[in-house]
Amino acid sequence: MATVVVPALLRKLTNGVERVPVSGRTIGQVIDDLERRFPGFREQLLQNGDLKPSVAVSIDGEMGTGGLLDRVRENSEIFFIPAIGGGT
Amino acid sequence: MAAATDERNFKVIGTRPIRHDGVDKVTGRARYGADYAFPDMLHGKMLRSPYAHARIKSIKVDKALALPGVKAVVTSADFPELPDKMEAAGEAPVNLAHLSENLMARDKVLYDGHAIAAVAATSPHIAEEAVKLIEVEYEVLPPAMTVEDAMKPGAPIINPKLRNKEEGDKPTNVAAHIQFKRGAVEAGFKEADFIVEREFRTAMVHQGYLEPHNAVAIYNADGKSTIYTSTQGSFAVRALASAVAGVPETSLKVVPAEIGGGFGGKLTIYLDPIALVLSKKTGHPVKMVMSRADVLRATGPTSGSTIRCKMGCTRDGKLTAAEIWMAYEAGAYPGSPVGAGAMTIIAPYNIPNMIIDAYDVVVNRPKTAAYRAPGATNAAMASETIIDELAEKCGIDPIEFRLKNAVKEGDPQTAGPPYKRIGFIETLEAIKNSPHYKSKLEGPNRGRGVASGFWFNVGMNSSAVVNLNADATASLVIGSVDVGGTRAAQAMVAAEVLGIKAEDVRPSVADTDTIGYTDMTGGSRTAVTTGAAVFMAAEDAVRQLKERAAKRWEVKPEEVAYQDGVLSCGDKRMTIKEMAAQFARTGGPISGRASINLRSVGPSFATVCVDVEVDTDTGKVKILRATCAQDVGKALHPSYVEGQMQGGTAQGIGWALNEEYVYDDRGNLRNFGLLDYRMPTCLDLPQIETIIVEVPAPGHPIGSRGVGEVNIVPPPAAVANAIARATGVRMTELPMSPPRLLKALLKKRGSADTQVAAAGR
Repeated sequence: MATVVVPALLRKLTNGVERVPVSGRTIGQVIDDLERRFPGFREQLLQNGDLKPSVAVSIDGEMGTGGLLDRVRENSEIFFIPAIGGGT
Repeated sequence: MAAATDERNFKVIGTRPIRHDGVDKVTGRARYGADYAFPDMLHGKMLRSPYAHARIKSIKVDKALALPGVKAVVTSADFPELPDKMEAAGEAPVNLAHLSENLMARDKVLYDGHAIAAVAATSPHIAEEAVKLIEVEYEVLPPAMTVEDAMKPGAPIINPKLRNKEEGDKPTNVAAHIQFKRGAVEAGFKEADFIVEREFRTAMVHQGYLEPHNAVAIYNADGKSTIYTSTQGSFAVRALASAVAGVPETSLKVVPAEIGGGFGGKLTIYLDPIALVLSKKTGHPVKMVMSRADVLRATGPTSGSTIRCKMGCTRDGKLTAAEIWMAYEAGAYPGSPVGAGAMTIIAPYNIPNMIIDAYDVVVNRPKTAAYRAPGATNAAMASETIIDELAEKCGIDPIEFRLKNAVKEGDPQTAGPPYKRIGFIETLEAIKNSPHYKSKLEGPNRGRGVASGFWFNVGMNSSAVVNLNADATASLVIGSVDVGGTRAAQAMVAAEVLGIKAEDVRPSVADTDTIGYTDMTGGSRTAVTTGAAVFMAAEDAVRQLKERAAKRWEVKPEEVAYQDGVLSCGDKRMTIKEMAAQFARTGGPISGRASINLRSVGPSFATVCVDVEVDTDTGKVKILRATCAQDVGKALHPSYVEGQMQGGTAQGIGWALNEEYVYDDRGNLRNFGLLDYRMPTCLDLPQIETIIVEVPAPGHPIGSRGVGEVNIVPPPAAVANAIARATGVRMTELPMSPPRLLKALLKKRGSADTQVAAAGR
């Protein structure tokens, strides 16, 4: 199964658990699975049915570019992190 | 995307051709935003708040409108109210309500210089006079100018609607709390032999671009409009200006003018929708150009900050734990770069146990904007000073200390994902082996300091078109605004793939109607992502060349080879020039194109070494020598890479020693000109030495990493560490200006005198 590494401030939703095995072939399905087991994730990560603009996703060290449609592999490691902009 | 090109085969990349836009720039023919003029054009000027925090009770514009030559006055009533939530408008998350209110205040003014109304008149002077005739009645409110002021109980609430997740429905000035956590921090500190903890303050500083913001807007009777503007991102201007002005996004064309510096400060908008609404109201083109005072009072500085940083290490120099609290001034609306600060502050080091709490805090100052590696310079001032002090306590050379703890491929980043191949260690080795670091520094009150920095770099979206001409030259069309020589660099990429000379590629920066969507020139992404798009567009053109040759030679396209401008298959050969001349008879024009969203981006590290001499009577610091080593992946045009490294280091030194926003106790900015807002000049700096480190970025066709930002991150800490070596005084506040340093020196001297006196008793 893929693993979501839960951001520190969202670990209250998982009773402090940092690494959560998840099912799903896309980021959208992974979030559905998280929400089913730990209600509150969807509100933290989604807005108008899509990822919040302030949330970025790292899948196996690559930044996601396809939003909820990004593919997740069987053993993927997934991080939800603040989106970053730059200056020059 | 093709596999990485073997760097030994590069023929154009890595060379130093003369920039394509050089002649236009040096002859004054290049058109900057303020150069645009149109028949019947009006001139716009803004009325700005004289108060840091006040409620607007009324605005009367009758007298201004009655002035001969005045054609229109607009206030917030002329702009739509926008949703109070984060939206993906343009290139970064934006709260459109905050953006709109920042450009034209509604119920309250939130900082000295906040725009309240705008006038369009037949001359700039009439517009200025009319602005003075606008009558505003204010209810003045107490300001909160620092994060400490804004976070304390009973602080004036700046935005009554602002809430955060942790405080529930209670009005607050804390817009967000971010936390990163790893391992067991308390246990980590128990393992430490040395622990250093200090509190740091860094001043709000401005990007200091020479060209003020400007915009010329033309609203046509058919509802279509055009904006000519100085921006780092024309598509962002299109998205944001159309939203604020209340016009359909695709009815607006944005033409990016030449840009006189941005450094992140021209990623957002200020004048564009104001000029557009004035144009719509009057039926005339409207031009607006800021004064320097407007720029400093009302456009994006970067955050001042307070950072408490505690780190511990074993006697042999292994870091065991870090505990960090950081709060950044967002300005009047949420959105400081504290998240990036948190993710960069200890990014260069593998620390098994850490906790970082970061707070985004609104204050009565201008809304902050991006500035070169936003958030990272403040952060590094704290962490790199502590690292230096720990190295000192261990009796270990500061570079060796960093090498003991440096992150490498596979180590976790602060947010968790592992690093891919990175070049931090190589930058440390480069400084360690540099003539600068190996040289002796002698003389009284002189010291040498070292510091390092990290920046993510971003990928995002870029488009490129390569059109092959009949004479085998090419035109290159990109949407990335050329801030630092990217036209030339992109032309070199196209030339490399096409096997022609860089001078035979003519690059153009196109408007939003002419090129596919392209994100901003920012995040150090242009050479990388637009470079990859250009590489792929040129490959697409080569693919078409091969198809033409295959058709002519009656072979399969994959049997045709292409190298150095020559097509070949067995003993058949044809040059690009011969093929290009026949394009009309072999299938039509050859035009390669690519639009990409780059996933894999290589982050950058830099290490800076600085020698200083401190005048202990005045507190003035002289920079004797400075060297920057930076991992750039692969330098496309080394001269422009060196220019970026020098520029970032120079700005970092300015931030270190002199630059700061100075507000009085009523919240009015006192230094809104460049005589008083003290940026370094060539008289303040030595020639900054550069060492280009090239550790190719995985997943990029050329191996490039962003080069524009990370170089600003280490200098303040490097200067602070040099001052500590020179004087024994650890500075914890930026800027380390003469009065501030002198005070610290006198305090140390006083303390030493007291000790001497006590010893003598």
